[in-house]
Amino acid sequence: MDFGLDATLLARIQFAFTVTFHIIFPAFTIGLASYIATLEGIWYFRGDDRYHRLARFWTKIFAVSFAMGVVSGLPMSYQFGTNWSRFSVATGNVIGPLLGYEVMTAFFLEATFLGIMLFGWNRVPRGLHFFSSCMVAFGTLLSAFWILSANSWMQYPTGHEVRDGIAVPVDWLAVIFNPTFPHRFAHMVTAAYITTAIVVLSVGARYWLQNRYAEESRVMVRMALAMILVLAPLQAFIGDQHGLKTAQYQPAKLAAMEAHWDGTKPAGLVLFALPNARTESNDYEIAIPNLGSLIITHDWNGLFPGLKDFKPDDRPPLTMPFFGFRLMVAIGLWFIVLAGVGGFLWWRGRLFESRTFMRAASWSWPLGFVAVIAGWITTEVGRQPWIATGLMRTSEGVSPVASGAVGASLTLFFFVYLIVFSAGIVYINRLIHKGPVLQAPSGLDEGTPARPISAATESGRGRA
Amino acid sequence: MGEIAYWLPLVWAALIGLAIVMYVLLDGFDLGIGMLFLSGRSEEERDHMMNAIAPYWDGNETWLVLGGAGLLVAFPLAYGTILPALYIPIFVMLLALVFRGVAFEFRFVSKPHHHWWDRAFALGSTVATFAQGVVLGGFMQGIDIQNREFAGGTFDWLTPFSLLCGVGLMAGYILLGSAWVMMKTDGDLARRAQRHAEWALYATLFFVAAVSLWTPLMSDHIAERWFRGGHIVWLWPVPFLTAVTALLTYRGARKGSGLQTFLGGMTLFLLCFLGLGISVFPYLVFPSITLWQAAAVPESQIFSLIGALLFLPLVLGYTAFVYWTFRGKVTEGEGYH
Repeated sequence: MDFGLDATLLARIQFAFTVTFHIIFPAFTIGLASYIATLEGIWYFRGDDRYHRLARFWTKIFAVSFAMGVVSGLPMSYQFGTNWSRFSVATGNVIGPLLGYEVMTAFFLEATFLGIMLFGWNRVPRGLHFFSSCMVAFGTLLSAFWILSANSWMQYPTGHEVRDGIAVPVDWLAVIFNPTFPHRFAHMVTAAYITTAIVVLSVGARYWLQNRYAEESRVMVRMALAMILVLAPLQAFIGDQHGLKTAQYQPAKLAAMEAHWDGTKPAGLVLFALPNARTESNDYEIAIPNLGSLIITHDWNGLFPGLKDFKPDDRPPLTMPFFGFRLMVAIGLWFIVLAGVGGFLWWRGRLFESRTFMRAASWSWPLGFVAVIAGWITTEVGRQPWIATGLMRTSEGVSPVASGAVGASLTLFFFVYLIVFSAGIVYINRLIHKGPVLQAPSGLDEGTPARPISAATESGRGRA
Repeated sequence: MGEIAYWLPLVWAALIGLAIVMYVLLDGFDLGIGMLFLSGRSEEERDHMMNAIAPYWDGNETWLVLGGAGLLVAFPLAYGTILPALYIPIFVMLLALVFRGVAFEFRFVSKPHHHWWDRAFALGSTVATFAQGVVLGGFMQGIDIQNREFAGGTFDWLTPFSLLCGVGLMAGYILLGSAWVMMKTDGDLARRAQRHAEWALYATLFFVAAVSLWTPLMSDHIAERWFRGGHIVWLWPVPFLTAVTALLTYRGARKGSGLQTFLGGMTLFLLCFLGLGISVFPYLVFPSITLWQAAAVPESQIFSLIGALLFLPLVLGYTAFVYWTFRGKVTEGEGYH
């Protein structure tokens, strides 16, 4: 048998690499689908053409992002079997149906109505098109529901019993609504909405700075800013609640996130440190005393388990959860500041006068993605050494596949994703650069010479 | 074994069979068009071919996800042994589908520099189809299982038989794809598709015959099923109907009826699939793990079955609705959002 740590490590890198690439697109399309449906709804009920132009514009970007989400998601549904077959056999009775429901309720809904959403502008009545966009948005949320339920079950499995080494469901409600799921779901969906709102805000700001599409730019900046003003502080609250659940159900992960070693003393809030697993302490620590305890236990002198309370074998790796968490929180705080400043300017009626704000907003577009990835790294690395906490260790879940094969597929993934996703980012940027024009100047760009005319008739109908 | 524990795996085998059939029939024609893509002579012709499938491909491909997820849902042991055994062809297929899937969108947004994505689309479709055929062949020739785990080598799947299946599936998908082009377009493009369909039909029939003769020679179980023990009394309609369908498909292609060619091609696929099922039954991981041995516990199968009974009719309904919405020939200026 030539598989061991190497194959496990390679399989983990492959999963981490493919899922990290994948998550970028759902994080964007979940929010964008809802945004497009909202724009279309406003256009449908009010007949304001700006919203139509914006809906068409973002639909093009959505199409490219969604295609990349689909093709990068397809390998995920097969990787459980190819690379994590022992995990699949041991937990398939529980995880399988959750993924099955995701396909049956969400994937088909998204994929099928996407056809109408992208190609049906001139084929179906406007109300039906609006309905299709709503179905796509609803599908993305359902998909998040099921996949996060499955993920949360791996974080803290409930509702099952183990027979002959196989997890068997006994209570489906307890499986689906396992204890860490509701907060994780709320946290992720809010993160997706914020990520999208930040992108919309930065695109609006970019047009404003370039003096292009003044009308559309104002609509985008206002809608996105209002969204972030509500959601960024809300996310801080949800995140805090999610952290309390983590403290309750995955104390080792929380100790790693906080770089908290000694559970007999109140924890400081570690602003910076290099956690050192060998000496079981933090190097170069900068910490605010007791603040960690206050945040986690909501008590100045509260105690929660430290890493030393867990056997070294049961501790997660330290560096990634620790820094990942800090990066995510820092970005979240930046969003609150950005929204706060924007909200203040808006209230004073100077929102569209501040170049500094618009510049800060236009540069912020990647930060939502970075925060999402950092958060996922925190939670997934923090789950280690378990693939399903308490049930199965990651090293026990891997497939009996030669490490050479895993190395080869990982290399191929790396190059294919590099080509495909670099191209995708270039094309999305090109679409953003072109902006919300319906009239294609040459006719070539849209591939449909007849389109500008039909667009004009449509907008004509819009005013009637 | 209780009544329920006996019937549930059969119901689930039928459902997964449905997912695979839907996938092969639906994504089959759009992969086939992908393979024929470079035969489109002008940018306009290629636009037409792409627009003939663009609204559906994503939904079509979702059946592949359902096939994979369905296997995990209902037969985790099969999922956990077949996939590691066919590791390389499965990943080759997935990566090829990545190229081909993004090409739908990239091709339009990269105009006028879309030629690379034309090639990526054609090559991705070809490689994905070939790899799917290899997966099928690797499954039929048997998987080495010990102790409820895959116990074979990385390249066990690589045999002349599996490669033959790979090429055979290419011919079959091209048949479906060219028939779809015949239905959805006019003029020169449709006439060329007619020739492609004819040629692909000959090739498909050759490979169907080759696989049908090879598998009983390769496996005692399959030889026993078809040629010994008197089963042929019940099974002769399968080869007979295959021959009749082949004839009708041929006549459809000759007279240029896209619909008849397409329905004929689909029926051929269904019959081959039926033959395959008859060959390997009752095994799910051929030739050692049966449907019942691979099955998830009834609690899981029932829970998912409720979802399948509720949602699959809905899925079929709105799939049909989208096909109906985009019915008819692809016309000038039709298409991209």
